[in-house]
Amino acid sequence: MSTATRSLPRTIGAHAILLTYTVIALFPVIIVIMNSFKSRAGIFGAPLTPPTPKTFDLIGYTTVIGQGDFIHYFQNSLVVTVASLFFVLLFGAMAAFALSEYRFRGNTMMGLYLALGIMIPIRLGTVAILQLMVASGLVNTLTALILVYTAQGLPLAVFILSEFMKQVSDDLKNAGRIDGLSEYTIFFRLVLPLVRPSMATVAVFTMIPIWNDLWFPLILAPSEETKTVTLGAQLFLGQFVTNWNAILAALSLAIMPVLILYVIFSRQLIRGITSGAVK
Amino acid sequence: MAAAPKRPFRWHIGIFLAPAVLVYTAIMILPLAGTLQLSLFRNIDQSQVFVGLENFRTLFGDPNWSVNFWNALRNNVWFFVIHMLVQNPIGVMLAALLSSPKLRFAAFYRTAIFVPTILSFVIVGFAWKLILSPLWGVAPNLMDLVGLKSLFTPWLGKEEYALTTLSLISVWQFVGIPMMLIYAALLSIPEEVIEAAECDGITGMSQFWKIKLPLILPSIGIISILTFVGNFNAFDLIYTAQGALAGPNYSTDILGTFLYRAFFGFQLQVGDPNMGAAIATMMFLIILGGVCVYLFLVQTRLRRYQF
Repeated sequence: MSTATRSLPRTIGAHAILLTYTVIALFPVIIVIMNSFKSRAGIFGAPLTPPTPKTFDLIGYTTVIGQGDFIHYFQNSLVVTVASLFFVLLFGAMAAFALSEYRFRGNTMMGLYLALGIMIPIRLGTVAILQLMVASGLVNTLTALILVYTAQGLPLAVFILSEFMKQVSDDLKNAGRIDGLSEYTIFFRLVLPLVRPSMATVAVFTMIPIWNDLWFPLILAPSEETKTVTLGAQLFLGQFVTNWNAILAALSLAIMPVLILYVIFSRQLIRGITSGAVK
Repeated sequence: MAAAPKRPFRWHIGIFLAPAVLVYTAIMILPLAGTLQLSLFRNIDQSQVFVGLENFRTLFGDPNWSVNFWNALRNNVWFFVIHMLVQNPIGVMLAALLSSPKLRFAAFYRTAIFVPTILSFVIVGFAWKLILSPLWGVAPNLMDLVGLKSLFTPWLGKEEYALTTLSLISVWQFVGIPMMLIYAALLSIPEEVIEAAECDGITGMSQFWKIKLPLILPSIGIISILTFVGNFNAFDLIYTAQGALAGPNYSTDILGTFLYRAFFGFQLQVGDPNMGAAIATMMFLIILGGVCVYLFLVQTRLRRYQF
């Protein structure tokens, strides 16, 4: 039926608009990566052309790798993101299961209480969070960041996962109960594997803001030991304001891992977002 | 399934709920309440003294604070207005184009347009700073190609353009989110509805305006409130591109950067957690107000369709 609505000019128009916007979206990224492989003269002489043998130069990368402790920052970011993700998914799924599976007094209230955090950003509690972390001696530890990000990710995780857990068939769970499985086994063995696709959606929504966050690393863990890659890049870029080769190389190094991961996982990611979890 | 009544206390419910509720309460709700409480105290002679609404009187009454506060709030409103006027319409348009049936390369466009959203503010802020820099000349060169070179100015350095420029950079970064959410909503419209519209001769643009748009209005509502919360909570982009002072001359100062300066101090001013808490409380009230307007005025009037 859709052929009836298709006409050649309209298709061309759609492609023209989408292509234009794609160029706008990718252009800054491409221009930064392209110029990071050039010599200083190449960067300023012809910023819009790809590197030629004449302008090709890796001086920026050698400066950055010689100076910054990027690998270490990278590890910190990875530890924080993976640990927070693990706790958000585990605790979030458990709470979502309790809310969607059992009827108990206060169920609705508990759901609303946990959903409050979707709308109110955790950042507004920063003043007291810092005091709490100082009091418990957790300032400048990765634990502080993991705790904060776990709390930050939980509300949305519980909300999305409980929607999905409602769809798991009751017959299956009751069959498990008749076979004498405990509630814990039912959750871990039966329900959890069935909601795996929605866990992927939650993982994506949780991961990107954690990896990219600047506020909490800046406030809770600014020490050299615990810097995340986002904070490290921010300070590093500030130091090299005049060294364009180094800045462009540092930016490219910060972009590329995320970009590569994104290209590999984009299909799952987009399927997760469009799967209707956020309707 | 519902458990039979008169059963002994079901410990497993508590165990399933406990970790999430504990972490969430301890790290999120209590600090939030603590911040609200802190805004009613003031540090006098090394001890916290209850001063009622005194901090808010300072915030609104003392010109040192109130000028900055109203400036930050005004800038924040403008930041939000640009997002609503530019980001969301572009997002809806892209989603509408992407969802047209049998469009080739749809997966490619979708993936590419979402790229800026996954990048961190630090990268985005700095990359744009370089591109718009008059030193490098990428922006003037590009404008020269279309014969508009005379229009180029260092946008981020001019008071009258800096905030709008930063808002547009933020729009560039986040347009992927409304696009994806609307795209998902458009895909979930059943084929029969579209077919029925076509039988009645409603196609193309009028089909979008008359059939699809009313059906995706709830999603547009959600996007608006997400944009609102995100914008009034923004900080990173401004901090990365313009620093904590939100220059030039505070023209890009928004509530997030204002809170940061009040809390941590800058240059000669000493940080003041209590004033920081007062500003955070104002942000809390603004966001809460927006969410309430959405929940009680907008969402209840949106008509939802069940397929």
